[in-house]
Amino acid sequence: MSNSTTTSAPTQPKAKAAAQKPAAREISGSAAVLEAFLEEGVDTIFGYPGGAIMPIYDALYDYQDKLKHILVRHEQGGIHAAQGYARASGRTGVVFATSGPGATNLVTGLADALIDSTPLVCITGQVFAHLLGTDAFQETDVINITTPITKWNYQVTDATEIPSVLAKAFYIAGSGRPGPVLIDITKNAQIQKFNYEGYQKCNHIRSYRPKPIVRKEYVQKAAELINKAQRPFILFGQGVILGKAEKEFRAFIEKTGIPSAWTIMGLSALPTDHPLNVGMLGMHGNYGPNVLTNECDVLIAIGMRFDDRVTGRLDKYAKQAQVIHLDIDPAEIDKNVKSAVPVWGDCKETLPMLTELVEKKTHTQWLQKFKDYYKEEVDAVIHDELNPTAEQMTMGEVMKSLNELTGGDAIIVTDVGQHQMVACRYARFNQSHSNITSGGLGTMGFGLPAAIGAKFGAPDRTVVAIIGDGGFQMTLQELGTIMQSEIDVKILILNNRFLGMVRQWQQLFHDKRYSFVDITSPDFVTVAKGYGIAGNSIDKRKDLHQALKAMLDHKGSYLLEVFVGKENNVFPMVPQGCSVAEIRLK
Amino acid sequence: MNSNKQQYTITVYTENQIGLLNRIAILFSRRKINVESLNTSPSEAEGIHRFTIVINETEEVVRKLCRQIEKQVDILKAYYNTNEEIIWQEMALYKVSTEEIAEKVKVERLLREYGARAVVIRKDYTVFETTGQREETNKLIEVLEPYGLIEFVRSARIAIIKDSHGFHEKLKEFESSEPGENVVANEYLNQQDKVFTM
Repeated sequence: MSNSTTTSAPTQPKAKAAAQKPAAREISGSAAVLEAFLEEGVDTIFGYPGGAIMPIYDALYDYQDKLKHILVRHEQGGIHAAQGYARASGRTGVVFATSGPGATNLVTGLADALIDSTPLVCITGQVFAHLLGTDAFQETDVINITTPITKWNYQVTDATEIPSVLAKAFYIAGSGRPGPVLIDITKNAQIQKFNYEGYQKCNHIRSYRPKPIVRKEYVQKAAELINKAQRPFILFGQGVILGKAEKEFRAFIEKTGIPSAWTIMGLSALPTDHPLNVGMLGMHGNYGPNVLTNECDVLIAIGMRFDDRVTGRLDKYAKQAQVIHLDIDPAEIDKNVKSAVPVWGDCKETLPMLTELVEKKTHTQWLQKFKDYYKEEVDAVIHDELNPTAEQMTMGEVMKSLNELTGGDAIIVTDVGQHQMVACRYARFNQSHSNITSGGLGTMGFGLPAAIGAKFGAPDRTVVAIIGDGGFQMTLQELGTIMQSEIDVKILILNNRFLGMVRQWQQLFHDKRYSFVDITSPDFVTVAKGYGIAGNSIDKRKDLHQALKAMLDHKGSYLLEVFVGKENNVFPMVPQGCSVAEIRLK
Repeated sequence: MNSNKQQYTITVYTENQIGLLNRIAILFSRRKINVESLNTSPSEAEGIHRFTIVINETEEVVRKLCRQIEKQVDILKAYYNTNEEIIWQEMALYKVSTEEIAEKVKVERLLREYGARAVVIRKDYTVFETTGQREETNKLIEVLEPYGLIEFVRSARIAIIKDSHGFHEKLKEFESSEPGENVVANEYLNQQDKVFTM
């Protein structure tokens, strides 16, 4: 913070000669940042102050009635909270961090937001422009560090650029395939006064094509394929949610009668109990969707990117099927799976076009196959997971109890690991934007801060963070944020006293050589108590329902720790390097 | 495994933006692809820069790479071509001792045979320049080596496609679409393979 008392910088240009436009007024670069936020409809900022961003925080002091600032305990917590906010609300999350360590602490969140297409605008402070490249205190080359993990980034060294750069930032973050944008602002630009001529939203950048123009002939071709298909199968991802196309999607599947399975990023776009919702894809997905991927004749992928956790072995993936791929990002077409018909565009536009051209159908027999496989899975896995007879509790039965209490109306935020897979498999959802998880990057420590952000993004909804004992310890400092901002987040720790997913792999693929997966934990309830958060810990099945009810009924945040079986595994499972059809039930 | 690899020349049209070189370069390094040659210069369209990048790869990788490049916000367009589809040149400079060369080599013949040009002739050294493809510029090294080649440098490749309209028309169209919605870009995309092998 050595520079915090400096008030002017040598690079500060002279204010422009008397304003010609009467509307112009002189404001600082910092104020221009906050004005831009107001224009973009920002209501919440997650941040942490420091030397190089002090002028912005100083300006924020005067905007407290218009902009809510949530002081986090670590910048990583801040950016995950902004992600949770964005995912729950469908709006762009906003983050403040200072230069140097503040900025580098954003790295994990940026990578997570990029791979999971989450719209964020992150503002980092930077040392004075004249100090750039001199190894100044808390200087780090954040632009180059974050280039591979941002959709766009830019360094501002002159305040006059701020309005237009921020307009660009919000436009890029939120349009097309969303993603994180980082704007690094040198301290002199934050301090510099300039003639502010108002804010103009950006809606076009010459070299940027947020969405490709829809080509009717491909929509036509896709419709023909779908109409001829005997065993069509739909895979949908987060694109449906990001495109706000849940209704259009439903209309499409209901007319075509095609069974539809989701990636974990697409979860909650279609209600759990929809008759055409056949379950989850991928490594720990449902039996039928995985096996039948290799039996369908037309595979319709909507807003998903054929991640390796979904496809398993690619050279044995859906080789018999003609693939129709709907995606807004042309770089995703043919990246992993070759498509017969690429339908570029926003699915909010392409789905209705398709719906109009397809014939109304039902695929009763084909759908029955999914049901048959589901029954097999219930018998082999699900029944015992949800109704265990062993003494130790299972994660599945906790989810079952939670479903009964929430009725599927809660936002479920998960961390990463076994509990994540179990939560995604068994949680019930009635509405979109309800499942928030770190899908592509698999970021342990995501859960707690993302849940905080989700609550700010959807204040009227119940937010339940389901977290493992390992992941919780990665970002538990954010309990402080909960304490200070007095929000209501339910924290459900599924404690198996192991880094469970890694242990499962070690058991199955490494001869039970349990290498550093045995993790001890503090008394979480006492830790929570230290932060003024109520809590309880249970290890008996008979207490489960009541304990969950007490958590949900409690006014304010609550931490419930549930001890579950130490060595339970998540099944089914597509072992790495195997085809989806080789999915194992045990 | 590498049998399908061949030389591709990637042409990228970009905004003139600081940091863009890095944004492009990391797309190669991320996949552990060695960039054989890289040239950046203004293009025929004002305010638009042109990168010419040469790599050795399979077509599939190059196609995906071009999509990833094009996806970057400040990039207008990325194309790729095989050597057969382009006219390309590299420039080379050779510094040799004037004394050696005047005594032992028939300079005149050398210049004619290799299309070389003497750029500087000083008492102590002479600098020759040639323009051509790799094999041509390499030949002159071989010839000069026995006479004590002091220094040698070769430029990056620059290339122009053989197709009569080149990229120019497309770029113009692209340009003129501002600030309206773009209708051009996707036409190429929709031609899939044809686009990239024009």
